[in-house]
Amino acid sequence: MERVPVLKIGDILLVSIQVDMSDQTAVQLQEDLAERIVATGCHGVIIDITALAIVDSFVGRMLSTIASISRVLDAETVVVGMRPAVAITLVELGLSLEGIRTALNVERGMELIAATRDDDHGYDDADEPGDQSTDTR
Amino acid sequence: MTAGVDRGHPQAQAIRSDEDVVRVRQLVRTVAVAVRLSLVDQTKLVTAASELARNTLVYGGGGTAEVSTVDNGLRRGVRIVFADDGPGIADLDLALTDGYTTGGGLGLGLSGARRLVDEFDIDTGPERGTRITVTKWSR
Amino acid sequence: MALSAEESSRLTGLLDEHAERITNRWVELLAASLRGRLSQAELRRQVQELHHAMIEAARSGGFDLESESAGELRAVLAELSRGRARQGFTATETATSVYALKDVMLEVLETDTTDARTLRDYVAFSSLVDQMGLFTFESFVRTRESLIADQAEQLLELSTPVVKIWEGVVAVPLVGTLDSARAQVVMERLLQTLVDTSSPYAIIDITGVPAVDTQVAQHILKTVVAARLMGADCIISGIRPQIAQTIVALGIEFGDIATKASLADALRHVLRLTGVEAARRQPRRES
Repeated sequence: MERVPVLKIGDILLVSIQVDMSDQTAVQLQEDLAERIVATGCHGVIIDITALAIVDSFVGRMLSTIASISRVLDAETVVVGMRPAVAITLVELGLSLEGIRTALNVERGMELIAATRDDDHGYDDADEPGDQSTDTR
Repeated sequence: MTAGVDRGHPQAQAIRSDEDVVRVRQLVRTVAVAVRLSLVDQTKLVTAASELARNTLVYGGGGTAEVSTVDNGLRRGVRIVFADDGPGIADLDLALTDGYTTGGGLGLGLSGARRLVDEFDIDTGPERGTRITVTKWSR
Repeated sequence: MALSAEESSRLTGLLDEHAERITNRWVELLAASLRGRLSQAELRRQVQELHHAMIEAARSGGFDLESESAGELRAVLAELSRGRARQGFTATETATSVYALKDVMLEVLETDTTDARTLRDYVAFSSLVDQMGLFTFESFVRTRESLIADQAEQLLELSTPVVKIWEGVVAVPLVGTLDSARAQVVMERLLQTLVDTSSPYAIIDITGVPAVDTQVAQHILKTVVAARLMGADCIISGIRPQIAQTIVALGIEFGDIATKASLADALRHVLRLTGVEAARRQPRRES
């Protein structure tokens, strides 16, 4: 089974899905991400689906679940790079991806996460990512 | 076979595992590109095929997908037949309702797939398996 | 419709023997009917090609327009029809280019010995030419249809410009009746432009849309939802009073979609949104 790599860039975990995922791969990614959020103490997760030719209800549900799990773990998830054809299909399919934040590309996604963290913590920059040693499992 | 519709040689793909669902998607995409469906139509058809192939695996206990090209003289299209020998669907109307699920999914598989294709035909009943035929025509 | 082997060989014989006379007369007749819209040289080239392809098709035995050996003839006929269709000749003028051969053959046969066999041959050749004419006509119609389809598509693209009006803001000014096909094109182009320009805001201006029905409203709504899924926001501007009434009467829910009276208002709204963000990230420098 293929595994989707999870990269850590500063305070953000970046997942770029490059393969046509089997359902198992998707479930594995969900588990990997939860572990990595806790292990790294990151506050942002960006899932890049630029390369995904389709998003069906299974992948849609996986994205929603990842967003919910990361929220519980105090991290913000943004899905970026959805193709127009995929968005049109999802609308027709009736999948609204409730609770998922989206952005056009990775750059916009990072801006969105930065803005959200600003909102949460005012203009206080004391909230350094490395400070939180939550990885005590 | 519908009168006046010419069917090309069907390509079959067994659906026995997770990976087979991926293979069905890839096969459907190849055929959809070959009959020159628009990008959006390709995406809709492959998404529908993904939903239905997963249903065949999860609810039907596995089966086959048969992909063929069709031609009605004016347009070309792709036809896919999903068949399984599973328990069948007892209450079809209920199964086609948005949000209804027995498998812990979002309940959009069957009803959603129907909205993504041009023709949707289902033949099922308790203990006699399920056979779903979908067609997408080029614009 | 096929000629027998004997008839074919007599046809080849005739076409071969009187080659020069046939092509000359054929060109003459065409030049008269097309009244100088194609040059003599061009006509001569076409006629010679046809003449040559017919001999080739007949040489292999039974002359049949649908047979494999007539492939070159079909190609020449199709090429001729396409050319005529593109140059704006009528279907009749195009088919006449082939039918003229009948008159030519009649003249050739008349000077030969006239007997019952010649008459039978002429009838057989005649029906063959008819078949060729019909083939030409069909190719002509197909070319015209594809021309019309191409133009319709170009028209569709011309009528739905998606323009970037500010950094991060694109707009689609919709003008004219929106049917389902056009709404779909608009939707796809708008979403693609959002990606290409990396713009998180889109303004759909419907000032120029005379009427909105449920289907059109549905298309606009779907576009807005799809844009949101991709991470962009849509603002609808230019809703005229009658359209507002229709929307309410039809019971269409625009929900939390931002609507503004004019394109200018919509742009101001977007700039205020982005301005706040920009100010937050970049404190104003002292002047």
